[in-house]
Amino acid sequence: MAGETYQASSVQEISDLLLKNFSGKVGITRTGERRVYAKVERDSIHDVCAYIHDNLTFEHATSIMGNDMVDRMEVIYHLSNYFNGVMIELTVELPADNLHVRSVADIWVGGNWHERETYELFGIVFDGHPKLERLLTPDTYEFYPFRKSYKLRGQG
Amino acid sequence: MMSRDVIDIKAETSELHTDKMWVIMGPQHPFSHGLWTLKARLDGEIVVDAEPIIGYLHRGWEKECENRTYPKIIPMADRLCYAASMTYTHLYCMTVEKALGIDIPEKAKYIRIMADEICRIQSHLMWLAAVGTDLGNLTVFLWAMREREFFMDLNVRMCGARMTTNFPRIGGVRNDIDDEFAMFASRCVERFEKAIWDIIAMIDDSSVFVSRMKGTGILSREQCANLGITGPAMRGTGVDFDVRRDDPYDNYDKMDFEVPVLKEGDSYARYMVRIEELFQSCKIIKQCLQKVKAIGRNAPYRLKVPSKVPAGRAFVRMEDPRGESMMYLISDGTDKPYRLKVRSPIFVNVSAAKPLVLGSRIADVPAVMAMIDMCLGETDR
Repeated sequence: MAGETYQASSVQEISDLLLKNFSGKVGITRTGERRVYAKVERDSIHDVCAYIHDNLTFEHATSIMGNDMVDRMEVIYHLSNYFNGVMIELTVELPADNLHVRSVADIWVGGNWHERETYELFGIVFDGHPKLERLLTPDTYEFYPFRKSYKLRGQG
Repeated sequence: MMSRDVIDIKAETSELHTDKMWVIMGPQHPFSHGLWTLKARLDGEIVVDAEPIIGYLHRGWEKECENRTYPKIIPMADRLCYAASMTYTHLYCMTVEKALGIDIPEKAKYIRIMADEICRIQSHLMWLAAVGTDLGNLTVFLWAMREREFFMDLNVRMCGARMTTNFPRIGGVRNDIDDEFAMFASRCVERFEKAIWDIIAMIDDSSVFVSRMKGTGILSREQCANLGITGPAMRGTGVDFDVRRDDPYDNYDKMDFEVPVLKEGDSYARYMVRIEELFQSCKIIKQCLQKVKAIGRNAPYRLKVPSKVPAGRAFVRMEDPRGESMMYLISDGTDKPYRLKVRSPIFVNVSAAKPLVLGSRIADVPAVMAMIDMCLGETDR
């Protein structure tokens, strides 16, 4: 930040630009200090991420995580900007019978392992991922341990 | 010393035909500092392909949390990173406080910052000791571990435990610090600021150390940002970002400190950034001691908080000694989390092992990988 002449977009500018360029595909749910929260349609996640990376200088994907809401699954992206500390949270909802979403590992290489982890723990398939294999759990596992349908011992 | 280009040309123009060979380093290997494997494909001495393998320590930490009430997760968060346990506990407590929407007392914020920085010094000294053994200098190992003991003693004075401290609480910290702690802490920090120069002199005067660190493991700024490398490894590559300064949490915005950034992008720059961070941490600890003293003895340090967290989502990120860590909490209104996600910095840093070691000699691999400071507890979770 210090010594950089580049002026990164503010929270207000980011939400305006996203709404203008992806009308109907992106919905800003709320904004906060250095935070933008948005919902994205599944089909346009790669385009939105490419736009955020190329035009809004979000060089770093902090985290990509899955979440099981029983009737649907969610993939949540946290993208951060090194120039002004702004973070964008994108949420993509997937219907329980079609757990496919386009991979963003070609935009942020650092997202590679996050997507592998989400795949092995939730069974969400990232199309176009270079190597979608199990990472933390053994290759022989045939279940997805972080789904709500997988009960721990002693859990009701 | 040869640059990477020279090495590449030599490897290409070699007349002798050699088969490429996979060398598997780990999971039990002196360089790995924990259980993980680095598969390296060698052409002669040059690494032409590499693949890190993790998962030996996967405990299902996030799933376990869904089965426990909120206060019961605090000791578990200690075990995520045993070398700097208070940072993860602090992060967890901050996340729950954000979901609850409460603001904790000023005094607790300063005590937490101080605990964080003590842990940062411990973690960096542990790293320095590991680098010493990796590069074959046992004196650095012993001296760094000795310095670390003094900060362990500070932990004992603060909360009674050396490593897994169980100290921050949702709504504050477990206990107040006393005048005796302030006296010991300032003495310890002042002594450390002089003693660390012995270790620095030993490393910087040693051509073995410097020649193995300079010019190895080079990344560009853009590569580093895209690969998701964070922490001192990132700041040694020219990315000018520190969560403490650019996205402040607790009371870091009231602290006066500098963020060291170097543009060289090699192992030596990463080493220099960590050494400078030790001094900056000392500076922050001294400021915190003054602030706590100014607040006074009878000020509150802990709030009573409800056991149930209202339904909603919250996330907080913080600057761990090793990089940017984040927790994301989804609550459904009960006394147990619906989902708690941990973003571990080393999990992403180690995924960048291939671009880091590509083109370097196999003997340099331990030196390059030492600079990301492995910690498997948080990587595998």
